[in-house]
Amino acid sequence: MPTRHDSAAPPTEGGAAPARPPVESAAEERRRARLSRRWQRDVRWSPYAFVSPFFLLFVAFGLFPLLYTGWASLHAVELTAPTDMSWVGLRNFTRIFDDEFFWNAARNTLIIGVISTVPQLMMALGIAHILNYKLRASTFYRVVMLAPYATSIAAATLVFVLLFGRDYGMINWGLGLLGFDHIDWQNGEWYSKIAVSTIVIWRWTGYNALIYLAAMQAIPQDLYESAALDGASRWKQFLHVTLPSLRPTILFTVVVSTIGASQLFAEPLLFDANKGASGGSQHQFQTLGLYLYEQGWVNQHLGRASAIAWTMFLILIVVGIVNYVISRRLRASS
Amino acid sequence: MRARTLPHSRLRSGGGTRNARRTRRAVAIAAVAALGAGLLAGCADDGKDEEGSSSDGGGGGGGKTKITLGLFGTAGFEESGLYKEYEKLHPDIDIEQTVTERNENYYPALLNHLTTGSGLQDIQMIEVGNIAEIVQTQSDKLLDLSKYGKKSDYLEWKWQQATTSGGQTIAVGTDVGPMAICYRKDLFEAAGLPTDRAEVGKLWAGNWDKFIETGKQYKAKAPKGTTFLDSPGGLLQAILSGEKDRFYDASGEVIYKTNPAVKTAFDLTSEAAEDGLIGNQTQFQPAWDTTIANSKFAAMSCPPWMLGYIKGKSKPEAAGKWDIAQAPKSGNWGGSFLSVPKNGKNAEEAAKLAAWLTAPEQQAKLFAVQGSFPSTPAAYDSTAVKDAKNDMTGDAPIGTIFAEAAANIPVQTIGPKDQIIQQGLTDNGVILVTQGKSAEEAWKNAVKTIDNALDK
Repeated sequence: MPTRHDSAAPPTEGGAAPARPPVESAAEERRRARLSRRWQRDVRWSPYAFVSPFFLLFVAFGLFPLLYTGWASLHAVELTAPTDMSWVGLRNFTRIFDDEFFWNAARNTLIIGVISTVPQLMMALGIAHILNYKLRASTFYRVVMLAPYATSIAAATLVFVLLFGRDYGMINWGLGLLGFDHIDWQNGEWYSKIAVSTIVIWRWTGYNALIYLAAMQAIPQDLYESAALDGASRWKQFLHVTLPSLRPTILFTVVVSTIGASQLFAEPLLFDANKGASGGSQHQFQTLGLYLYEQGWVNQHLGRASAIAWTMFLILIVVGIVNYVISRRLRASS
Repeated sequence: MRARTLPHSRLRSGGGTRNARRTRRAVAIAAVAALGAGLLAGCADDGKDEEGSSSDGGGGGGGKTKITLGLFGTAGFEESGLYKEYEKLHPDIDIEQTVTERNENYYPALLNHLTTGSGLQDIQMIEVGNIAEIVQTQSDKLLDLSKYGKKSDYLEWKWQQATTSGGQTIAVGTDVGPMAICYRKDLFEAAGLPTDRAEVGKLWAGNWDKFIETGKQYKAKAPKGTTFLDSPGGLLQAILSGEKDRFYDASGEVIYKTNPAVKTAFDLTSEAAEDGLIGNQTQFQPAWDTTIANSKFAAMSCPPWMLGYIKGKSKPEAAGKWDIAQAPKSGNWGGSFLSVPKNGKNAEEAAKLAAWLTAPEQQAKLFAVQGSFPSTPAAYDSTAVKDAKNDMTGDAPIGTIFAEAAANIPVQTIGPKDQIIQQGLTDNGVILVTQGKSAEEAWKNAVKTIDNALDK
């Protein structure tokens, strides 16, 4: 009994189904043409309809706010009356040049960015390397590593605020046991930056380590075997096999961390025990994101805040270009 | 040979396929429509919701009318059982509150909600430091409450603060903050100072300099690990709250930089901080709460609502160890208002509740339990105020003490950015002196911060 359709009985030519009418009426012809056009339109435009939700959302929640912010940045406008705008041209931008709070925030952002990103990525690399060995319960360690990333920033930061407390904090208590003086983590120019960086490092190290680990596992084992045959130590293997193979991955994490660092906001906001947005009594850990928030939502100057937002946007573009150039150089050299 | 026909040639095939195609397209269109509708619904959710509940609530067809309150700090309506009482009087009303601890967090959100017209509670509390700004910029979004509250019940200036130049009263007053000084009897005694409240009041009557002098006496024999005062911010606040003009003059100009009263208060506070009379704390922070619990300071400026705060943060064994004396000069620190946004779901019901919560009888009850001092003089003679006691201050007749302070409060000029200026002077100013900066540096830092904040 044939089950395959190609060996089944062939369809009868001109059989049960009547053949097409020999002559088509003009109406039928037009109908066909219309359907054909409709079909073509369908094929042509449907994909756009399918991708449109993302772009509509982007226009509504990405592009429009971006443009509106640009428009607002050219006006003096207050949060108390957002529709009441008066044109000031580029004044909101020009004043940024001698706004010492802006440059203070920019400097803080850079410093906190560097002292959080560099140790973070180095630690992540080290942890990934260790986890790449054969370990008992390695899945457990991997999950544990990702736990900080899964924690809410707010909750984590509040715990850190308690840890870093000056009078009743656990870290100072520990330092006291070791015979050191109490450190004012909130108000120290450097201590506060280190404390904020600690929160960032705690949160993102595991995340980056997992990315490195994934990339490490894609490195062919025979590279290590031949390196071992050549007498390379574990450390040499790491330097000469692992690191070069990870180069694109490292670049990726550097770019992502840089962007993250330049937008740093929640950690310093919540770290401030005053619950204000001024980043400490002398603005010692006020980042750009925080300054933007302070201008917009605390001081209610939407125009100024918009100008800061756009300036940050431009700075990010410059950072992006620098990253791109460096990565091209590196790729060319490898 | 349909199986192998190309898409285009399919066009010419039989009717069955066309139907199938139609179905497919119908499915696709439906899917897109559903997605689109989902998006739109997402956007319009707020509006729909409001309409839905208003028909629910107003008609009273199913369930109770829920009235929500947005509050900050320790308003104490719930703690004093006022909601329960009102719900008993009005069985169809259900009251719910959300509380933000610090007004600095509460107020920007409130402004944002008012300007966008969404996310508002039925009743919103407003702090006295913000009332001028709300009156000047947001009054068109708030219900005129003069029909609901009785003007003659309230302190004249309290009512006036929430009234626009056009005569619209956009909020009713809750408490006021006639300020006194709370002190620890045990610590005063240990430092060899008098503990009787009349004698303590005499130590510094009429003059803040004498208050600082007392601090020096305290410091000379202070129990180890304690300071005379809790925080520079508290002292600065106390001195400034007794001044008639502070940050704005009567014409609405910002004068904080040139007003000698402000600079004098700042310098006096800095001096006290330099002399080590003041703990290195910022008020309303967790570490400050801990210093209350651990009895690390002997005195603090103390409006009535502060008693509720002290009670909340103290260990049980601190009960009765506090007492309360008149401040060198009477001032008003704090106090709030209840406002009703116009576009609320149950504006009418909410206005009635707001008026009821701030009526003299309820304010008296609130004082008895929570220590929030009434803004309705009619309540001052009630037994609830006269006989009021507080666990923390033992037998002290707090009602009479605060009523006496209230009688001497100057009517203060308030401006739209009072709070930002006060916060700058405290959090970016005097606090620095406790961290080893000079008074001059601290003043510069504060002025820089405030001017940047005020500059549009």
